[in-house]
Amino acid sequence: MEWIVGLQALLQATVRMAAPLTFTAVGETYGERAGVINIGLEGLMLIGAVTAYAVAFASGSIWLGVLAAGLAAMVFGVLFGVVTITLGANQIVTGAALNLVGLGLSSFIYRAFFGTVTDRAIQPLETVKTPLLSQIPVLGPVLFEQNLLVYAALLLAPLAAWVLNRTMLGLAIRSVGEHPKATATAGLSVIGLRYGAVAFGALLAGVGGAYLSVAYANQFVENMVAGRGFIALAIVVFGRWSPLGALWASLLFGFTFALQLRLQAANIQIAYQFLQILPYVATIVAMILLRGQSAQPKALGVPYTERA
Amino acid sequence: MSEQTLRLRLAGISKHFGAVHANNNIALEVAAGEIHCLLGENGAGKSTLMNILYGLVRPDAGEIFLDDKPAAIHSPYQAIELGIGMVHQHFMLVPTLTVAENVILATRPLFSLRRLRETVIRDRRAIERQVGEVAQRYGLKIDPAARVSSLSVGEQQRVEIVKALYRGVNLLILDEPTAVLTPQETADLFQTLRSFAAGGLSIILITHKLHEVMAISDRVTVLRDGRVVGRRITRETDMHELAGLMVGRDVRLTVDKTPARPGAPALVIDRLTVVGGDGRRLLDNLSLQVAAGEILGVAGVDGNGQRELALAITGVIRPASGAIIANGQALVGRTPRQIADAGVRHIPEDRQHMGLILEFPIADNFVLKAFDRAPYTAHGLLQPAAITAYAQTLIERFDVRTPSPALPAANLSGGNQQKVVLGRELDSQPRVLVAAQPTRGLDVGATEYVHKALLAQRDAGAAILLISTELEEVLALSDRIVVIYEGRIVGEVPGDRANAQKIGLMMAGVQTASQAGGEYK
Ligand SMILES: Nc1ncnc2c1ncn2[C@@H]1O[C@H](COP(=O)(O)OP(=O)(O)OP(=O)(O)O)[C@@H](O)[C@H]1O
Ligand SMILES: [Mg+2]
Repeated sequence: MEWIVGLQALLQATVRMAAPLTFTAVGETYGERAGVINIGLEGLMLIGAVTAYAVAFASGSIWLGVLAAGLAAMVFGVLFGVVTITLGANQIVTGAALNLVGLGLSSFIYRAFFGTVTDRAIQPLETVKTPLLSQIPVLGPVLFEQNLLVYAALLLAPLAAWVLNRTMLGLAIRSVGEHPKATATAGLSVIGLRYGAVAFGALLAGVGGAYLSVAYANQFVENMVAGRGFIALAIVVFGRWSPLGALWASLLFGFTFALQLRLQAANIQIAYQFLQILPYVATIVAMILLRGQSAQPKALGVPYTERA
Repeated sequence: MSEQTLRLRLAGISKHFGAVHANNNIALEVAAGEIHCLLGENGAGKSTLMNILYGLVRPDAGEIFLDDKPAAIHSPYQAIELGIGMVHQHFMLVPTLTVAENVILATRPLFSLRRLRETVIRDRRAIERQVGEVAQRYGLKIDPAARVSSLSVGEQQRVEIVKALYRGVNLLILDEPTAVLTPQETADLFQTLRSFAAGGLSIILITHKLHEVMAISDRVTVLRDGRVVGRRITRETDMHELAGLMVGRDVRLTVDKTPARPGAPALVIDRLTVVGGDGRRLLDNLSLQVAAGEILGVAGVDGNGQRELALAITGVIRPASGAIIANGQALVGRTPRQIADAGVRHIPEDRQHMGLILEFPIADNFVLKAFDRAPYTAHGLLQPAAITAYAQTLIERFDVRTPSPALPAANLSGGNQQKVVLGRELDSQPRVLVAAQPTRGLDVGATEYVHKALLAQRDAGAAILLISTELEEVLALSDRIVVIYEGRIVGEVPGDRANAQKIGLMMAGVQTASQAGGEYK
């Protein structure tokens, strides 16, 4: 029976670790389907993490923190949009800059406001048991004994998939990443759609970052995102640019995070550094396995200019 | 057509692109229910004018009146709202979406709380049925559930028209709609357009084919170098006058051809079979020969294996079996580069995807197949001066209308893009030339030039395989004609106009080889 308990704990941790990846990857999926690649997710997540922590600490409300994190990241997402969509600058370079800004700014804010604070703890986000459903063996605790942000992440993916596949808005987003000019001639604003998708993606990256500080670690640590923004980029590809695909891929990567924690705790005779690289190795392996597969939007990364 | 009600009036429209004056003080009037042809050389400014009307291009100056009311059109959205529909020269369809999705794109609000239900695509089948109904009502055959990437160009064209009709239009612009259609498809399209016009729809049609202008239009406006150089009522003019107006000189509309003096076979294709991804035989044991100094025309309805034939010869796709021999060398298994070096050159049917790298400067496009050789490369470095100089001479010889060879090929008008491809392929003096739709989208002057150039290549000893869905062109140029149907050669006739009827029947698959007389060996 003991192994069942172990498995249950492992899977529960998997879902918990997957949630921030899901938020960020689903958001990025929208951006990329609209034709804009934002590799600055890491920076946006850091901005989200520090904002959420600071606002939650000051106000005592975690939810206010999450909201502020989303908005703060969205502001930076819009700035990213101004540079890449309006001014047509290279998206990769701008995204790289956004990562540096996020890293520097989050550390700066944290040190400036919390350098002298001694008691930095905040109230953890409590676990909410779903009545009845949480009684299901194994699956119950894994899926229905989590905090509200985890539930939000799990619900977000199918909702995002539905909007993308079953609404006029989703149709427009799918078009604009494939053939922006055709989208423009149909009477839509390429610029507007791309701004919307990028802002939405940034907002979710901010929430993903907030999750790490206020729902997972209950504190902020410099560079606490630790590459998850980049993993989210891989997840988008691994999930074949679909929100549900992103959810599955997030769970897969969440599993590698959970597994390495478990293995560390189990006192296996392997240096913990080797265990820690597990999720990152998994990312590289996944990308190699997927080489040459192209569900990629045609116009991804290509600035749109109104050319006759 | 009634003269009283003007659907559209354009006044003083001007537009510069850098040094190019694409539109210069243009005025145009179209009545309700009129079919109006816009005629002009490649680069005359036709597409630009229509893009302005559709809100895709901002004019420098000028006014637009719709139904006598001034209209401000700054985006396609506004144009659509005002009842303007446009079928673009290069189709504007999203290939990964279905026909129905392409048609309904942007026809309902993206988000609206009051009209929330409209923002949801609840039932795909229902929408497909709806789109199918619109298509059917106008007699346009399309499968609404098909993915656009799987459609032939003729089908895509119909999707574009349905897209416009679905939104409800009273002015429909068609930019060279017949350039990619078969004669039968063109006839169908014209019949559709006539019935639209009879219903009060105004139509602006751009075409380079003068017989089409005569057949379909009520009035014609002719542009040259961005200016209006003439307006005519169609039944008061003739093809000759129109051609003269367009080009500014006398043009011969017929081809003078001396009899061929064929030499030894230069291109031999033996039992060539190409199998598609789905296991279908796209070419089925196809055999043919072209002698040096002759033009072999391949007539056929689009999609019967012409594409695969051209691509197999030029090494882009690998046949399942069979042999291709050019000048005694076996080509199967060689790279496209090696094949080009063996003197087999190719004018691809799709200039935008296979013929050019649109983002590259015109000059670089001219040396795409020779950029790594002297004089364009020396000591491992590109020689921009040599490349530009070479480009200049070709631009002049082939009359490419552009202010500079340094501009991206994407900025050229459609016909001028074609001239760049032609210049590159013909200047290498090929021994075997595979020419697929070589005059697609070219104006009468340029077509005349290309036809002369092809005949000159022939007389210089080249073996030319002319693949064209344009029966007129095949008849005018070919010394012999074979008809391709479902991947097989179903018959051969001498290149003589008298056989047009027979060829037409074979193209439609009505007559088999034996009935047509003379199975091809
Ligand atoms: N975006 C652009 N930038 C620069 N030049 C342009 C641009 N669009 C068009 N031009 C130039 O303007 C002129 C008119 O082009 P346009 O496409 O209107 O010609 P067209 O009459 O439609 O020709 P075709 O019959 O070949 O399609 C051409 O010289 C073309 O090179
Ligand atoms: Mg044009």
